[in-house]
Amino acid sequence: MRRETRRTGVFTRRALLLMGGQAAVLGGLVARLYQVQVVEGGRYATLANDNRISARMIAPPRGRILDRFGTPIAGSRINWRALLISERATDVKATLEAFSRIVPLTEYERARIDREIHKRRRFIPVMVREFLSWQDMAAIEVSAPDLPGILVDVGTTRIYPYGEHLAHVVGYVAPPNEGDVANDPLLALPGLRIGRAGMEKYHDLSLRGRPGAVQLEVNAVGRVIRELDRQEGVQGDDVGLSIDAGLQQAVVTLLGDESASAVVMDCHNGEVLAMATNPGFDPTLFNSGVSQAQWAEWTRDRRTPLINKATSGLYAPGSTFKMAVALAGLEAKAITVNDRVDCPGYLDLGDTRFHCWRKGGHGGLDLRGGLKNSCDVYFYEIARRTGIDKVAAMANRLGLGVELDLDLPGQRSGLIPTREWRMAQGKAWNIGDTIVSGIGQGYIQVTPLQLATYTARLASGRQVQPHLTRSLGGVLQPGSLPEDWPALDMPEKALRAVREGMWAVVNEQGGTAPLARLADPKVQLAGKTGSAQVRRVSREMRESGTFDSAKLPWEFRPHALFTAFAPYDAPRYAIAVVIEHGNAGAAAAAPLVRDIMTETLQRDPANRTEPPAAKLAAAQQ
Amino acid sequence: MMQRRLWREASFDLTGKVLRINWLYVLLLCCLAAVGYTALYSAAGGSAEPYAGRHLVRFCIGLTLLVCVALVDIRTIQRLSWVAYAVGVGLLIAVMRMGHIGKGAQRWIEIGGFQLQPSELMKIALVLALASWFHKASWERMGNPLFLIPPIVATLIPVGLILKEPNLGTAVIAAIVGGAVFFGAGVRWWKFLLVALPVPFAAKFAYEHLHDYQRARIDTFLHPESDPLGAGYNILQSKIALGSGGMWGKGYLQGTQGHLDFLPEKQTDFIFTMIGEEFGWVGTAATIGLLSLIVLGGMLIAIRCRNQFGRLVALGISVNFFMYVFVNIAMVMGAIPVGGVPLPLVSHGGSAMLTVMVGFGILMSIHVHRDTEFETNGDDR
Repeated sequence: MRRETRRTGVFTRRALLLMGGQAAVLGGLVARLYQVQVVEGGRYATLANDNRISARMIAPPRGRILDRFGTPIAGSRINWRALLISERATDVKATLEAFSRIVPLTEYERARIDREIHKRRRFIPVMVREFLSWQDMAAIEVSAPDLPGILVDVGTTRIYPYGEHLAHVVGYVAPPNEGDVANDPLLALPGLRIGRAGMEKYHDLSLRGRPGAVQLEVNAVGRVIRELDRQEGVQGDDVGLSIDAGLQQAVVTLLGDESASAVVMDCHNGEVLAMATNPGFDPTLFNSGVSQAQWAEWTRDRRTPLINKATSGLYAPGSTFKMAVALAGLEAKAITVNDRVDCPGYLDLGDTRFHCWRKGGHGGLDLRGGLKNSCDVYFYEIARRTGIDKVAAMANRLGLGVELDLDLPGQRSGLIPTREWRMAQGKAWNIGDTIVSGIGQGYIQVTPLQLATYTARLASGRQVQPHLTRSLGGVLQPGSLPEDWPALDMPEKALRAVREGMWAVVNEQGGTAPLARLADPKVQLAGKTGSAQVRRVSREMRESGTFDSAKLPWEFRPHALFTAFAPYDAPRYAIAVVIEHGNAGAAAAAPLVRDIMTETLQRDPANRTEPPAAKLAAAQQ
Repeated sequence: MMQRRLWREASFDLTGKVLRINWLYVLLLCCLAAVGYTALYSAAGGSAEPYAGRHLVRFCIGLTLLVCVALVDIRTIQRLSWVAYAVGVGLLIAVMRMGHIGKGAQRWIEIGGFQLQPSELMKIALVLALASWFHKASWERMGNPLFLIPPIVATLIPVGLILKEPNLGTAVIAAIVGGAVFFGAGVRWWKFLLVALPVPFAAKFAYEHLHDYQRARIDTFLHPESDPLGAGYNILQSKIALGSGGMWGKGYLQGTQGHLDFLPEKQTDFIFTMIGEEFGWVGTAATIGLLSLIVLGGMLIAIRCRNQFGRLVALGISVNFFMYVFVNIAMVMGAIPVGGVPLPLVSHGGSAMLTVMVGFGILMSIHVHRDTEFETNGDDR
């Protein structure tokens, strides 16, 4: 009991000591407040009432976006603008009235200016009008005495030298909305833009830079007494992309008027060298706000110019899916490379008949023959033996139907169906669903970028992930070396068999895509065609024998796909092309891939020297 | 003796418990919340929307919570203290995981529309756990340095996790609150010195590993003129607002700095400057007086409690509240770096209000059960 008393005693003593300390600290705060509020109070009261420290921020120049060779694909251009600092204007209405006599302001602009003046701190300038001409500028300068509060200023605006050719990748900037400003008050600076799509959005914080500031002492009427301090802003970091702007332009030109998408990728490190989507749009239009008419035109166009089809266009892969089915079958030991399957032109399952694309059938085929002829029955049979879940797992491993680790906002993940997925919908999986999945139809949906990734993984045997960012602020980012990516963990023999089949498609007599053959016989291209039906072909149509999908209306024609890599003996580039409603992969997409590959091999961007800055930074690491 | 023990052991009925709550103390809390309502009403430009009304609703919810917690038997709280600790650490880790996905600092968890800041809950859970540990300690065992290792580890885990969030201010407060419990438990003076000596070196090391924005705060504190627009702007404007209040203030709803939007975050961290501008030094001194009564009242509850667990928890909770008050007020006066710590029951914000009220609920439970004896009170018996 004595000890308990001792413990109590110690506690009480120490608690009293703490109380004393707390009382002293709180008393100290009261005393300090007396000092600040009463003793020095007069000085601060003057500061508050008569003189104010007015601070004006300077928007920093936005960082540039460069291609892999340092060519600017997003930069800045000088922009003359007129600003209004409301605390300096004696009568805001009169000032705007006077301004309007020089540069007419619309009702809409007046409303916006009024709104912004009420929202923002009185010393933060509000944009009155930007993109002024030289004449307007001169006129405003001359009548400055009649325009109290108006300030002319040189800012910058975003320009995109490659315009619509790179619009989906680079994205665009737009004025920040009220929500953005609430999160970051610096965005209230006039002329500051925020990345809204593409790389501009993904790297917005790096590109934005740090604002500078001037601190001014002003009197009650807002006249500047003196400038106290000036700090220039820090320009945002440059972002270096893996894109080759020249190649990108060539690819877009090759796509012509089609509603199509093409991706060129480095097989070994997943760097995207070109990502083209047709049609494009002019990203500079977002700079000052898109007109209603323009917006209506974009949304009415059935070729969806605003959508990046490479990352968010979903298509059934059709026969390009067959490599994944083959690898799944080999891994599950449902088939060997040499096993033969007989194709009589159809496969009967219960009372349903699944047709091969060739009416008479292909006869007995091994894996190589199955791919070369794109025989449907061969792959119906492998899918049936392997089972949908194993096929789906393999497709996912190869990059199909999964979200890729891509540094571009807005990608869609597509879908590879499984029993579980179908069950979650409350329906049972039918064996027929497995059969059609074997030729990439049914529920399967993938993006062109996934097809390119899939082909790159087949060709290099590495789990590469597509990416566009190569350097940030001159520092080379990880992921540009093949060693950065783990191996696929698949027997080389199986991969080789599939590649050989793809080679035969293009280079062997009787292959389905002779049009994809390269002109130079020393460099060979291996690939696979695909056609994705948009509408089910009914039995009557098929049996009437006169069915020709080319005669269908545009939106009912099948999509044409082709995916390829080259050179065959030392794979370096993977290309995937999807032409919406292009009818047949072999006829429409294959020659296009041939031309893109020829262009790519000629330029050989992956082996050309890197920009010196990136190299230097890499050496310093 | 026997009879007295019996009276103490019997858990008295509900009415008895309610009557034993220190209603005078609750009244002090209500006064403080009323100060908050007044200031928030002014911060919204003379309107109950959007701050003051919600503040009142939250305080009423908090008050109900306080009474409910106060009626829980202190022994139950003691039994649950390590559970609370484990939950707190779990939430901190959860918040860290979510932060990883968001690629930035993440301090909040959303539960049913309420934003919960686990680091606030953690401080109370830490106090409970430490008190529970020392409660079982005899005077002899306190002298054994090995006996101190588990509670030190138990303090460092949450402090480290909060630092990682990163939330420097709260981490330092948690460490100080934990230290206060050690102090109350009777750990020797020289042992504190032993821990305190390496702090300057650790601080230097920590400074080099701080996040840029945290380093900016310290730099601005040391050289406020270097960044008049960033953090320095807040402090400068806050000082101007306080100073222009003078002795008697400009009068209610008459503050210019606050209403002209010169004051940033006037409804949260800088609410004290609103009081300073409109009610002058008299207002700020009176507010600090009220806050002092609450801090010292909590300490008195600690001293009056007859069991070690209750004493230590009451001490920890009071020190925690004191740290809030000190950091917030010192911050708006520019005496310490800006740190995102609200003024409890005055600032607008639901999460801090609820955790503070739960803390006061435990304090009240300690007061209600001040004479309760534990079945095993260490090996003192």
